[in-house]
Amino acid sequence: MINQYKFEDEPELRDLFITVDDPESHITAIETFITYRVVTKTSRGEFDSSEYEVRRRYQDFLWLKSRLEEAHPTLIIPPLPEKFIMKGMVERFSDEFIETRRKALHKFLNRIAEHPTLTFNEDFKIFLTAQTWELSSHKKQGPGLFSRMGQTVRAVASSVRGGGVKNRPDMFTDINDYMETFNQKINLLDKISQRIYKEERGYYCEMKEYGPIHTLWCASEEDLVDSLKGVASCIDKCCKATENRMAGLSENLLPVLHEYVLYSEILTGVLKRRDQIQAELDSKVDALSNKKAEKDLLTEEIGNLEDKVECANNALKADWDRWKQNMQHDMKTAFLNVAENNIHYYEQCLATWESFLTSQTVDLHLGEDSEDKP
Amino acid sequence: MERPEAEPLGASDSCQAGEAEPGTGLAEEEPGGGAAGTMMEDCLSKKIEITVSEAEKRTGRNAMNMQETYTAYLIETRAVESQTEGQCSPPDSLWRRYSEFELLRNYLLVNYPHIVVPPLPEKRAEFVWHKLSADNMDPDFVERRRIGLENFLIRVASHPIICQNKIFYSFLTQEGGWKEMVNETGFQLKADSRLKALNATFRVKNPDKRFTELKHYSDELQSVISHLLRVRARVADRLYGVYKVHGNYGRVFSEWSAIEKEMGDGLQSAGHHMDVYAASIDDILEEEEHYADQLKEYLFYAEALRAVCRKHELMQYDLEMAAQDLASKKQQCEELATGTLRTFSLKGMTSKLFGQETPEQREGKIKVLEEQIHEGEEQLKSKNVEGREFVKSAWTDIERFKEQKNQDLKEALINYAVMQISMCKKGIQVWTNAKECFSKM
Repeated sequence: MINQYKFEDEPELRDLFITVDDPESHITAIETFITYRVVTKTSRGEFDSSEYEVRRRYQDFLWLKSRLEEAHPTLIIPPLPEKFIMKGMVERFSDEFIETRRKALHKFLNRIAEHPTLTFNEDFKIFLTAQTWELSSHKKQGPGLFSRMGQTVRAVASSVRGGGVKNRPDMFTDINDYMETFNQKINLLDKISQRIYKEERGYYCEMKEYGPIHTLWCASEEDLVDSLKGVASCIDKCCKATENRMAGLSENLLPVLHEYVLYSEILTGVLKRRDQIQAELDSKVDALSNKKAEKDLLTEEIGNLEDKVECANNALKADWDRWKQNMQHDMKTAFLNVAENNIHYYEQCLATWESFLTSQTVDLHLGEDSEDKP
Repeated sequence: MERPEAEPLGASDSCQAGEAEPGTGLAEEEPGGGAAGTMMEDCLSKKIEITVSEAEKRTGRNAMNMQETYTAYLIETRAVESQTEGQCSPPDSLWRRYSEFELLRNYLLVNYPHIVVPPLPEKRAEFVWHKLSADNMDPDFVERRRIGLENFLIRVASHPIICQNKIFYSFLTQEGGWKEMVNETGFQLKADSRLKALNATFRVKNPDKRFTELKHYSDELQSVISHLLRVRARVADRLYGVYKVHGNYGRVFSEWSAIEKEMGDGLQSAGHHMDVYAASIDDILEEEEHYADQLKEYLFYAEALRAVCRKHELMQYDLEMAAQDLASKKQQCEELATGTLRTFSLKGMTSKLFGQETPEQREGKIKVLEEQIHEGEEQLKSKNVEGREFVKSAWTDIERFKEQKNQDLKEALINYAVMQISMCKKGIQVWTNAKECFSKM
């Protein structure tokens, strides 16, 4: 019943459609960078127009993410693709890298659009609609990125120094424990899946060489031409099927797993921030019990902080439930897709070999003296 | 000038063979070139059933009195009639090791140079992919070798000519003293000279086109099958990787399922199917090794084919040399008789320098030469016969071989397809099961 999250119903209820495409290279005197086209179609009243087209670069996405984190410290902000990939020595502007990034950026914006709270965020709206120069000037207005970052860093550090949070509700301890294991497992799954992709690609390369040898052999064997050509053709078809299977992995499973690897880190951060808000309250409460003076001031502060903690907890709880359901749905879909791809792959290969076999046994019955075959 | 069949060079008085002389084979009690005359029904394989049923590790002392470990194979033979009568009489059996098989084959090679002698399974594991052990003691290797040795014996027993060989029969039936018996035939001497000759380089003036083409074919066959086997091994290696890495899913799904409430069961059972998937590749690839063995047999057959071609070349060269020698002797004789010196010769020069020889001396020389010429002519005659017989029986066997090869390779390719089909069906099964588990997540 819980699995029946209204995800599938979303398309009809959605009133905001975003696509990220058309990467373009820009070369200036100082730097080279890529911009992506972001197209928004909406029927929402608060948007002046129903369609927008803007160009954004990776930096802009980083800005948006940090703004959302500031505004909603205990909401789960979707992950962005990494700045650069250390492993694999992928060239910064290789086609593969850009395409992977584009898909991830597309996912990022759509996740925000689907989020009940984040979708109405003002900075999000500006991100989608403002022209490049407008966005630049808007960015400069907000509180400095560094000042905010500094605060967060200090706050996290202090909560760590505090040696964990004493009054953390069990629910969040459970979530924390869950995330520890989940983190491990999702990273493993990511590695395993990458490895499978690599092996499949290796298999594909070898098969590509394997098939043509049979055709080559035909040249010296006139009586075996049909059989050899048949085998060569089957191997080629299986090769194509492997290519499809690989594409399925790289389009579906791999991006999903990778996104959840990043989500894993994000969740750890969100939990820490909640702890930090709680720590603020706890330290004030401690201060109250120690200091007899300034009682009234502290009590008022504590009252505010208690509200803050309660809000944060509720927000996180709701978002956690939502995240969990999404995760289950996404995992299920992704692995179902893998299974289907594999079934399809084997079915294709089966068909091609069976048709070869039929053609061969027909020949045998027609051509030869019978010999009992096992 | 294009030469038909094996028309010998310079055989001006080449004669037709009166009777078919047994110049083709040096084996005992074996009909001459009448290979086509032997009916299939006489083949040993129709009379007795041969199996290599077991393999056993043994330790013993080798020729240098050092301890060694080797594998012995149990050869069982059983008369075919005894089975049709419904009785199950116990088979005769004896143990042989690989080196004895090699000895047998070398014997056959020397004594039946016009036959494409069936090859033995490989001495060492070649074309291995990473998992497959290259160790001769590995049980999988030993098992495949057992099958290969059985196949070898059946092939020999099914061959209309060599199945009649007494040494072969003794190999199957006489445990003790067989090695001594083989060595007493003195075939080793011939083997050594044969080996030397096969490796020598020489040029035949008028090669037989058919054999040249055949040699070319055998080179191509060897090259293409080697290539195929190499790449197949790499394909197998990658396939192994794909399957085995999926096994990791099994473990991680299981661990993950521990923290999931709704997804737990689906994950856990899917994980089990991933384990099944990963394990299934072992049998699949083991079966594919048998296919590789079938191809390897023909890889080695290519060598046997080349050996026959080489032998023909040798005979041809030998014939050409003999004819050349005869022609030069005849010329010498003529010169002496007529007193004219047509070609430069040292003897001629020395006689000019040191005086003419006496008529008696000349007569003496002529007589010797005439005797030599007569001998030479007889030899040439028999070499011609030998050559023709060789070509006839070799070509018959080559035709037989070609038929066998076409049938076997076609069957092998079909087997390969059957294996692929089986693999696909298993894959569909496992992933359908996994899909169901995922849908319950």
